[in-house]
Amino acid sequence: MQIYLPIAEVSVNAFLLLGIGGLVGILSGMFGVGGGFLITPLLFFVGIPPAVAVATSANQIVASSFSAVLAHFRRKTVDLRMGTVLLAGGLVGAAGGVALFNLLRDMGQVDLLVRLSYVVFLGVIGALMLVESLRTLRRTRRGAPPRRRQRGWVHALPFKMRFRTSGLYISVIPPALVGAAVGVLAAVMGVGGGFIMVPAMIYLLGMPTKVVVGTSLFQIIFVTAFTTLLHAVTNYTVDMGLALLLLVGGVIGAQVGTQIGLKLKAEQLRVALAVLVLAVCGKLALDLLLKPVELYSLSGGVA
Amino acid sequence: MIRVMILCLLAALPARAETVVAGLSQSRVAITTSFAGSEILIFGAVKRETPILRENPLHVLISVVGPMEPVTIRRKDRRVGIWINTEAVALPAAPSFYAVASSGPLSAALTETEDLRHKVSIERAIRSIGASSQADNSTDFIEALIRLRTEEGLYQSLPSRVSFQEQTLFRTSIKLPANLTEGDYTARIFLTRGGTVIDRHEITIGVRKVGLERWAWTLAHERPFIYGLLSLSIAILAGWGASTLFRYIRS
Repeated sequence: MQIYLPIAEVSVNAFLLLGIGGLVGILSGMFGVGGGFLITPLLFFVGIPPAVAVATSANQIVASSFSAVLAHFRRKTVDLRMGTVLLAGGLVGAAGGVALFNLLRDMGQVDLLVRLSYVVFLGVIGALMLVESLRTLRRTRRGAPPRRRQRGWVHALPFKMRFRTSGLYISVIPPALVGAAVGVLAAVMGVGGGFIMVPAMIYLLGMPTKVVVGTSLFQIIFVTAFTTLLHAVTNYTVDMGLALLLLVGGVIGAQVGTQIGLKLKAEQLRVALAVLVLAVCGKLALDLLLKPVELYSLSGGVA
Repeated sequence: MIRVMILCLLAALPARAETVVAGLSQSRVAITTSFAGSEILIFGAVKRETPILRENPLHVLISVVGPMEPVTIRRKDRRVGIWINTEAVALPAAPSFYAVASSGPLSAALTETEDLRHKVSIERAIRSIGASSQADNSTDFIEALIRLRTEEGLYQSLPSRVSFQEQTLFRTSIKLPANLTEGDYTARIFLTRGGTVIDRHEITIGVRKVGLERWAWTLAHERPFIYGLLSLSIAILAGWGASTLFRYIRS
């Protein structure tokens, strides 16, 4: 069934969009990642103009994250206090990210920088997570007690706050900085930033994995909602029709994903997420390294 | 007597000339939710008051031009091992859609000079507009533009696709793809003999979004903040709805 999208100005198969939404929704519910880093490239592939794909996927992430976070709220796996600190940083970061994005666009190299940052971020984080979680898995299998968390520099900073749900008593500076970094990424790369935030929360802040997913979803909702509004007001690139189809698939997928996530062990979840992150990274790196079939590309407007 | 006859002939010349009359199957294309491309039929006849000349047959060329839009063509090059956009050529205005159909091979239907004057073939139509911002190798870029848009069905070269009967009745159909730009499209019909244009006719086709598509587009461009909030509320509502529904199903 072909459907014409009013803002994207293309006609696409409705079931294809539902399928993409569903797939990304499952991942979103399982790992607490918004899925933006998958949905945006998938939309390019279907023929949606990049600007519309980036803005609309932000809107879609709001929906699937909201659906997933409700499931986490019911299981009390959201650290609201931590979420609020992350969010405060996130909004500042997103505003800064939009300014950065406009600067890069004027230089005409936005594509390259977005791709390069994807490859670097995904590669480093994916590799770190894979190594760490494989090590943990092996240790658990041997029956040895898990190693205690180290008390590093994170604990030496001022403005300490007690995060009861996470069982932490740390400074608010690291979470605020993590939130800000994710906000910048949300604006520049058109992603929720869960794939950066989840590892940062586990390894940098030392939060328990079960709480991490719900809390990151909580922050992602607000940051992506903010980004969606910014895109809608400045570039008119949010496609309501496209978002609607994606989110119908997405919200259903998110519910399924949350159930799968609860059945898996935390370490298995981490291995799976690491493999996924590395796969996307590999694909993007290949695009940059191999000679493209088509050297030329078109874009609307005069740069 | 002979002088009078020649005089009469000269006076009658404008009336003797062959002119073209044409029509369209539809003068407006409505883009609706289920729009998946369209086809317009362009037909017409040659009006004349003299017998048909057999030795030097007429040709009909039909071109359909979409609204002009600026476009930037970029080329990737290998720098430090990775492929990145380096050179770019910006065209201030290029047709978003261009189709040209003719009753015979394009070279037979139109001479180079006439093509240059009326800008009928794709190459001429595109090249004529980019003259202001020429780089050294802009030809490569314009060829790439034509190639990319041809692959998308936005630029079409259709030689010998106008059926032309008895040098009088002609007809062709032009396929409009789904990714059409909104605006006024112009259908130009040229009548040529020996490669020279002897008459031309223009008709406008309005391509417009209608209904829900129109409403969404207008809202997004005129009230972007409201539109953004509306998009977000739909997202939140859908998220909440799905969550509630699933809990209900499970319990």
